[in-house]
Amino acid sequence: MRNNVLDYLNEIVKEKPHKTAYSDGTVSLSFLEVYGQSRSIASFLHKKGIYRKPVVIFMKKSPLEVAAFFGAVAAGNFYVPIDEEMPAGRIQLILDNVQSPLVICDESTFETAKSFRLGAGEAVLFGEAVSGEINDAALEEIRRRAIDTDPVYIVFTSGSTGIPKGVAACHRSVIDYIERLSEVLEFDGDTVFGNQSPLYFDACLKELYPTLKFGATTYLIPRELFSVPVKLVEYLNTYHINTICWVVSALTMISAFGTFETVTPKFLRTVAFGSEVFPIKQFRIWRNALPEASFTNLYGPTEGTGMCCYYRVEREFAENESIPIGRPFPNREILLLTPEGRLAGEGEEGEICIRGTALTLGYYNDPVRTAQAFTQNPLNTAYPERIYRTGDIGRINPAGELVFVSRKDYQIKHMGHRIELGEIEVNVDMIPGISMAACIYDEKKAKIILYYVGDPAEKELAALLKTKLPRYMLPNKTVRLESLPFTANGKIDRVALKKRYEAG
Amino acid sequence: MEELMEILQDLHPDVDFETEEHLVDDKILDSFDIVSLIAEINENFDIAVTAKDILPENFNSARALYALIQRLEEEA
Repeated sequence: MRNNVLDYLNEIVKEKPHKTAYSDGTVSLSFLEVYGQSRSIASFLHKKGIYRKPVVIFMKKSPLEVAAFFGAVAAGNFYVPIDEEMPAGRIQLILDNVQSPLVICDESTFETAKSFRLGAGEAVLFGEAVSGEINDAALEEIRRRAIDTDPVYIVFTSGSTGIPKGVAACHRSVIDYIERLSEVLEFDGDTVFGNQSPLYFDACLKELYPTLKFGATTYLIPRELFSVPVKLVEYLNTYHINTICWVVSALTMISAFGTFETVTPKFLRTVAFGSEVFPIKQFRIWRNALPEASFTNLYGPTEGTGMCCYYRVEREFAENESIPIGRPFPNREILLLTPEGRLAGEGEEGEICIRGTALTLGYYNDPVRTAQAFTQNPLNTAYPERIYRTGDIGRINPAGELVFVSRKDYQIKHMGHRIELGEIEVNVDMIPGISMAACIYDEKKAKIILYYVGDPAEKELAALLKTKLPRYMLPNKTVRLESLPFTANGKIDRVALKKRYEAG
Repeated sequence: MEELMEILQDLHPDVDFETEEHLVDDKILDSFDIVSLIAEINENFDIAVTAKDILPENFNSARALYALIQRLEEEA
């Protein structure tokens, strides 16, 4: 029985050693190359005595970065991907949280890496880590001692206090996810994935591991292509990509501007999407362009190891309807809990809570926030059993499908990213001369609007925020006010701000 | 042109759109910026920027973008 994600690699390398595993169109690695490189890196880590530790991977998105991930795992460690797209302030917070002994870099990131406080850690080049001799005996011993409840990775998600949360997931959860997802989306050895997600999100699990499981191929699509819809579809056709699991905004980028009048995807047979609502009008354009393909909505928080629920779209939807979340993958259960801690009744709203192997280990080095979100199942008083409270409110529709209703807090989904508006506000508040800040979200136009009181001009503030927040969290509109409206009990009145915004 | 500058400034108040010539190549504008930019342009100028016009060379500078708008206005 598999108890380590690299079992997939160890099996497939015997079966299809020379098939391309990962490619970005320029650099390609076969399964044998991925295997060899990861074992070289693992031997390098072993020699340095790095075992059961977080290893930060700070590289440009490429097949080599994937090999570095597996190298960390093969040495009995877990990987923590960071990326140049992240602002320096956020990277430093992540490094402070994980206290990694080693940061694996490439030429493009090495100098930047050395500018951070690394604590007791050091930065090394991928080229150095991959060039050592393979110590088979040591790696065999590490493999023999592997435990499937140990972490595979830590990925960071937005936190309302301004400090990102590091979600750690174990081998057992990842294996369970890959097995169930593959079953539902019917991946196989002929699957050719077109990856859109950055490698520092759990979203990329969907491609990286099924590729190993089946001996499929993943193309890491260059990010720039997502600004050029015609070229993006041509790329899909050039590499015979037949399976994509993308955020909705990447799909609508193609459909909204009439791309299919110029070029249509020739090989696509499986389209999965998620992270936000797919406007039915756009969805129809896709389905008309690809009448034979399957379309599946995926739903799930990072804390539930990738995706948790799915809905295969088979019936017609009116333009004002939304596609349901559907039902959970096998081996996990969704509990809809009322504030009193009982199960919601028929048609009643409740918080979407997850139980099962899919639950991640919690937030790394953060027991307080872990305890708030991962709690005892209130329906079980007999033994310890954790559930994850998503903060999403849902209900079951008359067809028996789970549907999303709203959020309990100020978390939003913006261009496929999960963002705590509070995190933006905290970062604005920390800027000297700012006395108050509040954000609202315009869902229709997908815009984050920031209101603030303070000295810096809007221009200055925007420039400062770029050094603190990831690009996708930057407000789309920034407005300086003399004062912010308050509610009767002294909180910033977001409803009033929203009204003000809607009035223009 | 003024109207376009206003839309651009709203998107990135800290960028000097008068002088920047490599908005896309230097990743000042990303795909999400381009999506929201096109939505605003289509609405404000009553034209339809379509996929075949979404090329880096049309978005690399405010001037190039304005030329695209003018061309589409003439065609309309």
